[in-house]
Amino acid sequence: MKEEVNAQASEAMAEELHTAMIEVEHLTKKFGDLLVLDDISEKIEQGEKVAIIGPSGSGKSTFLRCLNVLEDPTSGAVYFEGANLCDLRVDINLHRRRMGMVFQQFNLFNNMNVLKNITLAPVHVGVQDLRRIKRRNLRTKICNLFRKKDKKAALEPVETTVRQIKEEAKENAMRLLKRIGLADKAEVYPSTLSGGQRQRIAIVRALAMNPKVMLFDEPTSALDPEMVGEVLELIKELADEGMTMVIVTHEMGFAREVATRVLFMDGGKIVEQGPPAQVFGAPKNDRLKDFLSKVL
Amino acid sequence: MRVMWEAFYDQFIVQGGYKNVLLGLRNTLIIAIAGLVIGIIIGTIVASVQVAGKRNKVARVFAAVGDVYTGIFRGTPIIVQLLIFHYIIFSGINIDGLLEAIIVFGLNSGAYVAEIMRGGILSVDIGQMEAGRTLGLSYPTTMIKIVYPQAIKNVIPTLGNELIALTKDTSVAGYVATMDLTRAFRLIASANYEYIIPYLMLALVYLVIILIFTFIIRFVERRLRKSERRS
Repeated sequence: MKEEVNAQASEAMAEELHTAMIEVEHLTKKFGDLLVLDDISEKIEQGEKVAIIGPSGSGKSTFLRCLNVLEDPTSGAVYFEGANLCDLRVDINLHRRRMGMVFQQFNLFNNMNVLKNITLAPVHVGVQDLRRIKRRNLRTKICNLFRKKDKKAALEPVETTVRQIKEEAKENAMRLLKRIGLADKAEVYPSTLSGGQRQRIAIVRALAMNPKVMLFDEPTSALDPEMVGEVLELIKELADEGMTMVIVTHEMGFAREVATRVLFMDGGKIVEQGPPAQVFGAPKNDRLKDFLSKVL
Repeated sequence: MRVMWEAFYDQFIVQGGYKNVLLGLRNTLIIAIAGLVIGIIIGTIVASVQVAGKRNKVARVFAAVGDVYTGIFRGTPIIVQLLIFHYIIFSGINIDGLLEAIIVFGLNSGAYVAEIMRGGILSVDIGQMEAGRTLGLSYPTTMIKIVYPQAIKNVIPTLGNELIALTKDTSVAGYVATMDLTRAFRLIASANYEYIIPYLMLALVYLVIILIFTFIIRFVERRLRKSERRS
């Protein structure tokens, strides 16, 4: 009995402990025998803009992809708003809707036009929820047939229709497209767009889900040099609006300007971290000094 | 020469051979198209299970079943499969010959389409799946809305090839089950031992069918390639 109380108490404690937006505990990732992430523990608070820098093969991207469990961690845990994403009982799809992700290769859906790319997920999720409520209501109605008059269960309110969900998603998408100045491209297919346009649309696609945190995986590495500016500009705007973000990047100038904290990774570990002024201005670690001397 | 034509005319028109030919033509088309449709359904399911089997243990069991299925149906001649189904599996059941042929050709083509679809699914960039998943869509939803449409577009030429091969394969259906084009012309030819015209005519009919199919496939492919810049 006492043990049970203790267990409950420690569970409550454990939940209280994960108050940061994202918390990573003893995260280890192996690809076969190759150790990519080596026992990383880290917290990311709301409103932080974290830049992750480091040489290639240091595990930056893998670390980022573990944050929304696109890569399954070999061991350790990732908490997002208190929920352990590595727990198989947790519905990962629900949490991923709150974590936007932007890829190096854009990954716009090639079989859909720009507007459909943006509205696909919001519409699908909205319609799915609507159907679920309707199904539950139907079940309640059927059960009500067998209940006495005073014991009838109440129906859940159905507030929208499929058409309304679609129109709202479209409106929202057009608003976002106007914001990045690509409203005229709503009906075209991604293959006709430039890299910079594609990446900005990919960012907007993630924003359409109203995420609480944005993960950027080298968002400018696959772009022509002249396209880099427009994408960084958009990311910077988001940062100024207070979006929590984690950015893996090779753009040191950008990291210095936008980030509130810089993590330097090497060999699967976070070797040094701190405010950008400190990491770039007064690096302590030899590996970091060496890295900076090569890239700056 | 005239004798040949007269013999053919006699069998084709006067003796009513054209009725068999029309029935055979109808059956050949039905078997080929229905077989391909069944094949696409089976093949897509088998391919999906095999692709999912790489990350899911339950799917892996079904993937093994799929492997056995493709192994058996690709490893034996279609005529042998027809014979086995006709004389062993369906022997006790009074089943329509056409239906029997459709089932066998469907199962046979399913084994080939499974491999085609698997290749098609793997040809879609993994990033498409990742992008769908990071938006919070489930694995099946992402497959249905994003991966399959692109995979199907990629495999249309190969599926067209399969349709053509299947159409020609139906020429053995007449040996066990039902009337088909080949059997209809064989009956005409063997009625008075004049082979030249019926068999050349038979070849011509197949050729025309397949040219029409080729044209349709090209058309569908062009329509589906709308979203790409390559022309």
